[in-house]
Amino acid sequence: MQNPNTDRELILNAIRQNLPQQQVEHPAIPVFARPGRPLKPDFERNLQEAGGAAHDLKSPAEVQAKLEALHPGAKVVCSAVPEISGTRRAESVQDPHELADVDVGVVRAQFGVAESGAVWLTQEDLVVDGLAFLSQHLIVLLDPEQIVPDMHEAYRRVQLNETAYGCFMMGPSATADIEATLVHGAQGVRSLNVFFLPPV
Amino acid sequence: MGSAKQVDPAVAAEQFIIRDKVHEPMHDRFLWAVMQRRDREAAAIPEWEELREIASQIKEHTLTHLDRYLEEFEANATRRGAHVHWAVDAAGHNEAVHSILRDHGVTELIKSKSMLQEECGMTPYLEHRGVKVTESDLGERIQQLDHQPPSHIVFPAIHKTRQDVAQLFARTIGTDPNHDDPHFLTEEMRNNARPRFLAAGAGMTGGNFAIAETGTFVVCTNEGNADIGAAVPPLHIASIGIEKMIPRVEDMGVFLRLLARSAEGAPLTQYSSHFTGPRKGGELHIVLVDNGRSRRLGMLDFWHSLKCIRCGACMNTCPVYRRSGGLAYGATYSGPIGVILDPTFDEFKYSELPFHSSLCGSCSDVCPVKIDISDQILKWRRVMAQKGYLPFAKRVSFAVAGHVFGHPEEYHAVEKIAEPAVAHAPHFLLYNRSLNPWTRDRELPQLARQTFREWYLANRSTHAKPEHRS
Repeated sequence: MQNPNTDRELILNAIRQNLPQQQVEHPAIPVFARPGRPLKPDFERNLQEAGGAAHDLKSPAEVQAKLEALHPGAKVVCSAVPEISGTRRAESVQDPHELADVDVGVVRAQFGVAESGAVWLTQEDLVVDGLAFLSQHLIVLLDPEQIVPDMHEAYRRVQLNETAYGCFMMGPSATADIEATLVHGAQGVRSLNVFFLPPV
Repeated sequence: MGSAKQVDPAVAAEQFIIRDKVHEPMHDRFLWAVMQRRDREAAAIPEWEELREIASQIKEHTLTHLDRYLEEFEANATRRGAHVHWAVDAAGHNEAVHSILRDHGVTELIKSKSMLQEECGMTPYLEHRGVKVTESDLGERIQQLDHQPPSHIVFPAIHKTRQDVAQLFARTIGTDPNHDDPHFLTEEMRNNARPRFLAAGAGMTGGNFAIAETGTFVVCTNEGNADIGAAVPPLHIASIGIEKMIPRVEDMGVFLRLLARSAEGAPLTQYSSHFTGPRKGGELHIVLVDNGRSRRLGMLDFWHSLKCIRCGACMNTCPVYRRSGGLAYGATYSGPIGVILDPTFDEFKYSELPFHSSLCGSCSDVCPVKIDISDQILKWRRVMAQKGYLPFAKRVSFAVAGHVFGHPEEYHAVEKIAEPAVAHAPHFLLYNRSLNPWTRDRELPQLARQTFREWYLANRSTHAKPEHRS
């Protein structure tokens, strides 16, 4: 028997007393018709709209070369993927504060969403959640076959029961808080590049 | 209830408008541009109207079974390792947060934007108890440094120019007052905030949605500031209003397709983050807050306002909000949604807000969860009139109009008489600045020479003579 005077019981009892008479059914969510065109160009265009960029790469060697070309001054590259060794392994990080000096973080997303250009990343993909936020720049590897059309399909893929943290990331950190002027790199990463490369 | 003085939005709006020729037109222009982006995004989704209807039904379903979904959410979040707290009111919320911080010896807190924490007055409460609180959202930080509440639920500092921000940062964080480029100002704040993220003992967030099925809550931001606060300090506390529940993971697809498109004309916010239990090596506390929401659920005319997902589209589309600025509402929530939410906290203090509207209905048309905002504004006017909260100037004119419009036979009789009366009345009654400042920038429309009824009878009515029909 719950103590009726706890905040929990007070709230639940107040709700029960005040529930509207009308009982509304949970609606079915239909499968909406989708444009028949390929998903990758949509994903690339929307990612660009969000301030990110996508690159087609053929091998881990090309990934390394592209990383160096995009971030020539990078001193600390922290990698959570086998394809790129980096200067620091994400697995070696004990405390997220150790990521404060990271120039470039490298991670692999499970899938992308065509209608927004977002990628889905979980705690397991990031190894340390902070890698995606304290790094100055982020590189996201993505299998071009793993793009879903929209958020309905995206939520059929996510497994919230299996991860403490998951995020749809759509391009880099952004703000429009001063005179509605768009600025990238407000608090999180300054740039986000998606490298299309199937996993090894 | 309501010992506080009534807020007078008309006077405050007037000050915003007459302040200079810069702020009000800029505010109007920026928010209208956001609205146009919203319209383009909405038009590009063929099922947009269907999504709005489904979202509305999901929210109504959840709210009519809210006790069940809260228990389900609590059970699942607890199973995943989160600590779930309940707070009946703002004081209970603030005490719960402070006690968690005290138990962990936390003296520095970094927080992301949360309208609920704003509603609870949490920051001053914690600061009085020695906790240093830093807003990490740029707009919220600007407002915090300027000792002002947010003026918009999505763009907290949208009423300020870049020069205002440059002057403010010069005073508070020591930047060059003449350097007002938004890129420079944003970079300065990034560099100022970074050490605070690293020093903070706890990160606080709100929650846009709470999924009962999995015990997950979802936070949507553009800066990634909520995620840094959750990912770096060892302790994460989230404040979530009880109305934020949704039943299933699948429902999120509907809401995320609507939220950012409605809020800012983008397919998503840059970050849509899902927290299910504490992160590896971290501790997670969730405070579920009522603060008047269960009472509102029992208000037949007003419970639909609990469907709100805080997108701000009603504010951006509102001709009155765009010209008034959000601070004119003198409340946590401004714009059309504020007009219908604020009186549920204090009827007397916010009794003027329902009259700060043109009742054009655009808010109801754009609301992604189909809240009948403009109808509720009208119903709140009735409440205020019944409670006798109308100021004298309005009481006289509304009483006459209410009686006349309520009795059609008198209306027709008065209609022709009203024309000369109105023609003579305005400048000593309606346009008296001290009686009714709201009218200063507004002219009454010219009354037509022929009334609509006369025109209709002559041209369209089946009673009209055939030779008059086109």
